[in-house]
Amino acid sequence: MEVKNLAKSYGQVHAVKGVSFKIPEQICFGLLGPNGAGKTTTIEMMEGILAPSSGDVLFRGKPIGRHFKEKVGIQFQSTALPEFITVKETIEMFQAFYPAPRPMDEIIEICSLADILGRDNRKLSGGQRQRLLLALAIVPFPEIVFLDEPTTGLDPQARRNFWELIRRIRAEKTTVVLTTHYMEEAELLCDRIAIMDHGRILEIDTPARLIEKHFEGVVVRVPVHGDDEDQMEIVTADLDRTMKELLMDDTNLDGLHIHKPNLEDLFLKLTGTSLRA
Amino acid sequence: MRKFSAMFKARTMEFVRDRGSFVWNLLFPIALVFGFAFAFSGDGQATFKVGVVGNPDPGLPFLSIRQIEFIEYDAPPVGPTIEEVQDRVRRHQIDMVIDFDSREYYINDESANGEILRMLFTRQERTPENSGATRTFTERAVTGRPIRYVDWLVPGVIGMNMMFSCLFGVGFVIVRYRKNGVLKRLKATPVSALSFVSAQAASRLVIVIITSIVVYTGTNLFLHFMMNGSYVHLLLLTTITILCMIAIGLVFASRLRSEELTSGLMNIITLPMLIFSGLFFSLEGAPEIVRRASRVFPLTHFVEGARAIMLEGAGFAEILPHVLYLAGLTVVMLLTSAALFQWE
Repeated sequence: MEVKNLAKSYGQVHAVKGVSFKIPEQICFGLLGPNGAGKTTTIEMMEGILAPSSGDVLFRGKPIGRHFKEKVGIQFQSTALPEFITVKETIEMFQAFYPAPRPMDEIIEICSLADILGRDNRKLSGGQRQRLLLALAIVPFPEIVFLDEPTTGLDPQARRNFWELIRRIRAEKTTVVLTTHYMEEAELLCDRIAIMDHGRILEIDTPARLIEKHFEGVVVRVPVHGDDEDQMEIVTADLDRTMKELLMDDTNLDGLHIHKPNLEDLFLKLTGTSLRA
Repeated sequence: MRKFSAMFKARTMEFVRDRGSFVWNLLFPIALVFGFAFAFSGDGQATFKVGVVGNPDPGLPFLSIRQIEFIEYDAPPVGPTIEEVQDRVRRHQIDMVIDFDSREYYINDESANGEILRMLFTRQERTPENSGATRTFTERAVTGRPIRYVDWLVPGVIGMNMMFSCLFGVGFVIVRYRKNGVLKRLKATPVSALSFVSAQAASRLVIVIITSIVVYTGTNLFLHFMMNGSYVHLLLLTTITILCMIAIGLVFASRLRSEELTSGLMNIITLPMLIFSGLFFSLEGAPEIVRRASRVFPLTHFVEGARAIMLEGAGFAEILPHVLYLAGLTVVMLLTSAALFQWE
């Protein structure tokens, strides 16, 4: 899949300001950014849900057309499910929408739905709901699956379970496009990531290469005046020298924290904001 | 077709399993029919309508009773014939008619108002000039089987139920689907807007036809409505009216996103229809402009057609103008909603 100079404006508000990237087949591509960065707008233009103001969305080299919907699986950030019908009936309804749908048994197995098949959609927990929404996304044997913040609002256990489901879908050689707030999620699942802010792509590469490119060495964080909120951050390739300089400078080292740079550090460096802000 | 039937099934199950609105859709109209039947079997309504044919006696005290609305009919061919005026009494459109030419008056024995008017009239039928006479008018029975108010009313109650069930069941539900993202999720599938909308409409059509039949037959068991025409014609008229109401509901559903706004707009059209379609009270004697405006409302055509079938045994040819109007309005509303429709 490829997007070229994709832009979307709402009057004077430019939500996406001309982004271009390619997503190779069978990888997991992560779109990262703070709230309002333009992730959802970008992903919805790629899904064909939102018409771009300008630019192109290409799938296998051709603009997405009428039959694209038969080849994609989509999980929106927030979707209500039809009420008063059960999990099984909801899946059956979606099976009827596609020419060659995935068999029920397979969907139940992949998304671990056996226990809740007879449950009314209104009575599902957050994690169960996300599993059903993912099940609906994989009904058409999609070549590409879009997941917009699929684990936001889930507890840590439910989030881990959901990652396992995504891994199973990836094992079928399906391309996955994911937006997320969670760095851990992106590091664990994504082969390539694009960091977005203010409607633009800031960086795009594998997580490891991005960190390598922007950081040399380790990250040292020291609270200023013993205050956890106000921290000094030093990135250094020579930890020994840095530590000596800090001691010579008579810096209070209570609360000192040293770690290998991760995506969160990269994000802070690139956008100046915390990802979860 | 598979897509259509899947959505049809889902929507129908949603309705049937939503016990609250399911029961409400059935019980409310049944309660209303019985309520009206009970209320109007005893004391009648407060206002009286009396038709006047010919030149009234000058100074007749009865004619100056303020609680009575007098409707003067022109002589034929401009006005109705005496038989037609009698029919209006029979159909509870007016409570009594006085023919000053033949010196006769007609009262429907089934009308509670008629009883009161007979009493008032027999006491005040003499002018000062002929105060000595015992009687100056002869009472004539209204020919044919008398029609009870409830016979006249039942199409109105069923029509009202159809209107609410279609407008809110289609319009409101689709607006809710749009607001909470169900429509957006369907847009992401190969389902077409036409397939989605027609499944919603078909599900509601079947539901409302069945509830209307249940309400009618259920209340008919106890109240034995007058039925002089064909049930097939009545079903045809009912079906086209339901389609028309659904089509109006679809216009609301085509792009509104707010349930509050939808509710407000629906009230703007349902309230005038409730009052001015002649559902519960006859528009006979209402200002000309009101009667003309009422011709626009689909419910007016439904109740007039249904009453013509049930009370007068009207055939297909007689209800055809109503059917054509409803069909035409349905097409216009469907085209409008198709032109306006947006998933989001």
